[in-house]
Amino acid sequence: MRQIIIIGSGPAGYTAAIYAARANLAPLLIASSVEAGGELMKTTEVENYPGFVDGIQGPELMLAMQAQAERFGTEIILDDVVKLELEGDVKRVTLGNGDVHEALAVIFATGSAYRKLGLKDEERMSGHGVSWCATCDGFFFRQKTIAVVGGGDSAMEEATFLTKFADKVYVIHRKDSLRASKTMQDRAFANPKIEFLWNQEVAHIYGDELVTGIGLVDTTDGTERTLDLSGLFIAIGADPRTHLVHGQLDLTDEGTIAVDGRSSRTNIPGVFAAGDVIDPTYRQAVTAAGSGTVAALDAEHYLAALPHDVLARADSQPATV
Amino acid sequence: MSTAKDVTDATFADEVLNSSDTIMVDFWAEWCGPCRAVSPILDAIAAEHADKIKIVKLNVDDNPQMAMKYQITSIPAMKVFRGGEVVKTVIGAKPKPAIEADLAEFLA
Repeated sequence: MRQIIIIGSGPAGYTAAIYAARANLAPLLIASSVEAGGELMKTTEVENYPGFVDGIQGPELMLAMQAQAERFGTEIILDDVVKLELEGDVKRVTLGNGDVHEALAVIFATGSAYRKLGLKDEERMSGHGVSWCATCDGFFFRQKTIAVVGGGDSAMEEATFLTKFADKVYVIHRKDSLRASKTMQDRAFANPKIEFLWNQEVAHIYGDELVTGIGLVDTTDGTERTLDLSGLFIAIGADPRTHLVHGQLDLTDEGTIAVDGRSSRTNIPGVFAAGDVIDPTYRQAVTAAGSGTVAALDAEHYLAALPHDVLARADSQPATV
Repeated sequence: MSTAKDVTDATFADEVLNSSDTIMVDFWAEWCGPCRAVSPILDAIAAEHADKIKIVKLNVDDNPQMAMKYQITSIPAMKVFRGGEVVKTVIGAKPKPAIEADLAEFLA
């Protein structure tokens, strides 16, 4: 049995692992099978992570965090958690390959999942013109007309990035102002290939094999219009990824995991949560990293206070059950 | 590094379309993070089901003709070919059990 298992491999998970490993807790980190490194793996230039004067590529930053966690003795498994049993002194974590790992403490840092528009043809057209990843799919829209839906930083970043390929990028936003940061807004406004369509909501996605257009509805007067395009990039935010802990951990009204004050403590002793999964507000790489630090320190404190006979059950040479 | 063989615009007809095997083509690119993530999973599936399915890779940067012909707009995109025809398309990096479920009819 382990002292601690960390679930998630974004900035929160890896930072928690760095702190836990440096505290000699020999953490096991479950990184997921295909999303190791988290959301930053799908970004390009990160300009607001402190310490990198000229910016750093998102994937490069995450691989560096991983290497730093491993340097101090974090063991990383590329698999997905399919089941969590969190009650009691010993927490059980079941993986996709069937392995069960046990630990005295768990840090839950699963981040968030991209939100969908909720349209009938969205799933069917996914990969056929509908995309959630500009850096993955922008390449295929050279000299095409495309649209980005959303008004936040990621929508602005995607729209700006996509102008490298597309001839024309519409930004479709259901309000008349953006919530994106000033810098990102200014960059998008200054780009001659980007045109903003304000107060518009996507109501239809058209196309048989590939996307050929979308139907828009004006949110102020209900006017409908059709827009011909070949790509639709959806960047309307993300929802905390909590399905593994439903019925076990308390959630907030916003759907994030409820923690005690400024700590990472959930309603179950020995279970801590960090990063976007507890944060309905800020959701930055650096706030997630800070949150991972809090969780590791809280977990360290919790483990230190456990009775000796409980603590003795976690070996220094951890193994799979 | 992936163990899958590379196919190109030039070799596609010979290696994929005219093959008598069931062949899955993994359309990928260096700059695609999810492609890198799914690559070892495809290697594992190919190794475990070597008698049922062959998996090859096509770099979309170097081989734009096939990427265009098969209307790739998102990668990773995995297309299963039988007798020169696409019989299944799997899009996006997914966990191994999910891809195995998508390919169930070919792996059985």
